[in-house]
Amino acid sequence: MTLAPGKALRVAFGETVTELANDDPRIVVLDGDLGSSTRVDIFEAAHPERFFQMGIAEQNMLGVAAGMATVGFVPFVSTFACFAVARALDSIRVLIAQPRLNVKITGGYAGLLAGMTGKTHLMFDDVAVMRAMANMVVVSPADEVETRQAIKAITDYEGPVYLRLTRPETPILFDDAHRFELGKATLVRDGDDVTVFSTGVQTTRVFEAAQLLAAKGIETKLVHVPTIKPLDEEAIVDAAREAGFVVTAEEHTIIGGLGSAVAETLSDRYPVPVKRLGLADTFGESGPNHELLEKYGISIEKTAASIETLVRAR
Amino acid sequence: MTDQMIVTQPDITELEELVRQARVHIVRSIASAHGGHLGGPLSAIDMLVALYFGVLQIKPDQPDWPDRDRFVLSKGHSSIALYTTLAMRGYFSVEELDTFDAINSRLQGHPDMAITPGVDMSSGSLGLGFSGAVGIALGARAAGKDFTTFAMLGDGECNEGIVWEGAHVAERYRLGNLVAIVDHNKLQQFGWHGESVEVRLPPYTGNQLVDRWTAFGWKVFEMDGHDMNEILATIAKAKAHSNGPVAIVAHTVKGKGVSFMENNYKWHARVPTEEELAIAERELGEPTGGGAS
Repeated sequence: MTLAPGKALRVAFGETVTELANDDPRIVVLDGDLGSSTRVDIFEAAHPERFFQMGIAEQNMLGVAAGMATVGFVPFVSTFACFAVARALDSIRVLIAQPRLNVKITGGYAGLLAGMTGKTHLMFDDVAVMRAMANMVVVSPADEVETRQAIKAITDYEGPVYLRLTRPETPILFDDAHRFELGKATLVRDGDDVTVFSTGVQTTRVFEAAQLLAAKGIETKLVHVPTIKPLDEEAIVDAAREAGFVVTAEEHTIIGGLGSAVAETLSDRYPVPVKRLGLADTFGESGPNHELLEKYGISIEKTAASIETLVRAR
Repeated sequence: MTDQMIVTQPDITELEELVRQARVHIVRSIASAHGGHLGGPLSAIDMLVALYFGVLQIKPDQPDWPDRDRFVLSKGHSSIALYTTLAMRGYFSVEELDTFDAINSRLQGHPDMAITPGVDMSSGSLGLGFSGAVGIALGARAAGKDFTTFAMLGDGECNEGIVWEGAHVAERYRLGNLVAIVDHNKLQQFGWHGESVEVRLPPYTGNQLVDRWTAFGWKVFEMDGHDMNEILATIAKAKAHSNGPVAIVAHTVKGKGVSFMENNYKWHARVPTEEELAIAERELGEPTGGGAS
C-alpha cells in the first residue's frame, strides 16, 4: 500500500495562512520576493492589505517582522530556509528570539529538494541552527494535513516559531482524525522489530519503507516527531525503554537535527544505542529529486535498506 | 491628554540643564560600572533629552501604552544615554543607573526590550534596531495608529547593509510616520586611518550621509545635535513631513561636554580613571542643580 498523492507543504501553507487570516486580523505575511515559489501569492490575492513585499532583503524583512509583532500583529515571514536561517540569522537572534517576539518564520524549500538550485539554496542544517537558539520553537510537519494543523497551532502559540516547509508534492500520511499538538510526538505505525523516530516529510518515506520491510517480515514502529523543539522527551524515553535500540530519520544533516536531539535526550535519560539516518556532513547539489534522494541515501528504498541492515546486524 | 504627556512648549533652559545633569550621570555610570561606552552617549544625549522631555507622547508609568510614540536606539551601545534619559523621565529611579552593566541588572550593556521599561526595541547588533523601527512604523500604519516612530542611528552604523535595506523599504511604503536621526559624530570605534594611525577618518565625509539618505528617497534635514532650539525645531519639521520617511543628519561631537573626550576616538568605550572622572565632574558640575564650576 503506497500513500495517496498530496499537495506540497508550501501550497498547504499558502492556503492555510490565507484561510486563518479570514478570521484573524492579526495575521500578516512578509515576502522576500519569492511569493510565487513559497505560495504566499495565494495570501496576497486574498488579503492584499496584509501582504507586505519586502524585496530581496532578508535581514531587514526579519527585523520588520519583529517591529510589526510589537504592534500586535502575528507576522508570517516567508522565504527560503537558506535565506531566513543563514542570511538573516542575526535579525532572528537579536530581534525575535531574544525578546521572544511573536514572529512565525517559515523556511520554505528546506532540505535536499529545492528545485534544481544546488548547494547555495539547499539548506539542510536549518534545524540544527534554529534548535540551538533559546526561545525558538521548531516544527517540521510531514504532509499537507499536518501542515494545516501545525500552522493553526503555531498561530495560537505566543512566541517565535520556525516552521520547516518543503517544495515537492508530498504524499498524504495523515487523515483528518490526526491531531497535531505542539511538542507532542505521534505513533504512526506499531512494530516489534525496530523503532524509528522521524520528522518532516521524511516520515512519509519511512512509512513507505516500513511497508517494504513488512513484506520481508520486519515490523517497524514509527514515531513521528513534528515538533523538534520542545522535544517530546517522554515519548522518546518510553519508546527507547521498550525497544532498547532506536533509529532516527530526517531530511537534514545528521549533525544537530532530530537525530542529535534524540541522542542528547537518551544519553541523559535512558542511554540506548541510537543510529542516525539522514544527510551526511556535506553540502548538496542540483539534480532531479529522485536522483538526489538516491544519491544522498534518504529515498524510500535506501531508507528501507538502511533499516534492514541495522535490524539484521542486531 | 494626561498630565504625564508632554507639554507643548518645552523650556529650553530647563532642557539644557537636564542635558547637563544627564552627562554627569552618564560619565559616573560608566566609571562606576568599569565598562560601557562614553563617546556616543555624550554625542547623543541632547537629542534624547529633547525627545523624551519635549517631543514624545509617552506615559512613563505605563511603558506599554499602545498609542505611545516609539523610540528605538539603534546605536544600542549608547545605552547608558537612553537609560539615563528614561530614569530622569521617571521610567525607573535614577539610583538604578548604578546597576548599569551589573549582573542581574535590568540595565544591560545593550538595550533589552524584554526587561527594561521604556525600551521599545532591542538593539545592539548595529542596523537591526532601525530595521525593527521600520517594522513598527509599517505596523502602526497597518493598524491605523497615528503615533510616530523615531530611530537613532550612529554614523558608523550606516556602514551596515541592513540600514539601506530598511531605508529602501521605508521609502517604498512612504512611511511618513518614521523619523531616523543619524548621530553624525564623525568617529566610529576605530575606523580608517588618515595621515597616521593616530588620525582616524570619519565614516562619511562632507555631504556623503545627506546624499546617501537623499538618494534612498528620504527627506533629509540637517541640524546641530547640541543646539536645543535647533533640535526641537528640526524634529518638529520632520514630524510635519507626512508623505514619506525623514532622516535628520545631526552634526555632533563625540564625547561632547568633557574636554579631553571630545573628538577623540579613544573615548568610544574607555572607562575614565578616578582622576579623569574628577576632571569631568568639575567640567560638568553637580548631577542635580547647580552648573559647572
